[in-house]
Amino acid sequence: MNWITAAYASEGAEHGGGHGGGTGLPDPMHQFEIMRLIPLEIFGFDASFTNSALFMVIAAAVITLAALFAMRNGSLVPGRMQSVAELSYQFVANMVRDNVGTEGMKYFPFIFTLFLFVLTLNMLGMVPYSFTVTSHIAVTFALAAFIFIGVTVIGFWKHGIGFLKFFVPSGVPFIMLPLLVVIEVISYLTRPVSLSVRLFANMMAGHTMLKVFGSFVVALGLLGGWAALAFMVAFTGLELLVAFLQAYVFAILTCIYLNDALHMH
Amino acid sequence: MPQLNPLDWAPQLIWLAITFGVLYVLMLKIALPRIGSVIEKRAAKIAGDLEAAEKAKRDTEEALAGYEQALAEAKQKAHAIIEEGRAKLKAETDAERAKLDQELAAKSAEAAARIEKATEAAMKDINSVATDAAADIVRQLIGVAPSKADLERAVTAARKA
Repeated sequence: MNWITAAYASEGAEHGGGHGGGTGLPDPMHQFEIMRLIPLEIFGFDASFTNSALFMVIAAAVITLAALFAMRNGSLVPGRMQSVAELSYQFVANMVRDNVGTEGMKYFPFIFTLFLFVLTLNMLGMVPYSFTVTSHIAVTFALAAFIFIGVTVIGFWKHGIGFLKFFVPSGVPFIMLPLLVVIEVISYLTRPVSLSVRLFANMMAGHTMLKVFGSFVVALGLLGGWAALAFMVAFTGLELLVAFLQAYVFAILTCIYLNDALHMH
Repeated sequence: MPQLNPLDWAPQLIWLAITFGVLYVLMLKIALPRIGSVIEKRAAKIAGDLEAAEKAKRDTEEALAGYEQALAEAKQKAHAIIEEGRAKLKAETDAERAKLDQELAAKSAEAAARIEKATEAAMKDINSVATDAAADIVRQLIGVAPSKADLERAVTAARKA
């Protein structure tokens, strides 16, 4: 990890040591800087291998290797790792089955990948000096937009033009319909925004808080730093919970949107 | 906020697409089938074991029913044998008793005949004794010996009276 910290340091130097303004405290937003580890350009697009890309690759590798290692025996009576793999499998499978139904099992691999990917990215972000990929709105919005578009395509593909009835609530006075349809459409269109901002804001806020209180520990010194440190310890626990919860929420909302598309209300 | 720098978006999105796509394929083709097959295998094994247990239980019940039936049959047979024995014994006893009765009856008839004969003989003797006694008495009284035929007639008439 030396070269990463070195990269941070060099980047920090460019931004004035990563210290914000004249407060003397480290800039809490510095941890979110994107750093190009291997500059790269493909078809005129900037495809540089960044610290964000590095942690995405690490997450994918960790998930794959953990799954392969856990299932290396495939024994009838599972060991510790195999239990974890099977529990995650059944956790997501039940989530899909409960929220979407059996026909949703076609999309189970996607939901499974999504849940584990977001969860692993969130958890890797909790490692000191690491980078939290999900604290970037670009990443979370891309995921949410992909889900939104995919779910909408599935809805139209399954119900044809009838999917538009999804925006017309039943049992409503005719006079109210235009207003309600507009509200329904807006609420549908804001789904990718709420889905992505929820994850991004949670991760960013949490890590910013940790950074701020971390700098308090140093700033308050031996005398008062303990209180900030104690808070940080507790807050780290909370952040671990949030990391799991947000991955879960992201996956379960995807299931719910998928259910809407497949079954319409 | 570094998140809002549009220049940083392209590399993130490109690598997100690459890593997520690769991970999706790896999960779809390798990891999930492995986990799923193990879970299915286990479920099949458990179902198979349960079925085997159910079959064993059914077999036991069948065997138990067979045993109980055999027991009932044996009991019935034993009962029949006892009945038969008792009937045979009864028949034999009855036959024996009948034979004995017959013998006793024959014997008692014989004895009765003998008694009759003896009585007859005794009666005959009494006649002759009475005749003799009457002859004696008549001679004593009138000094004349009556004829034997008269005497006998008189004794017989007297005894009849």
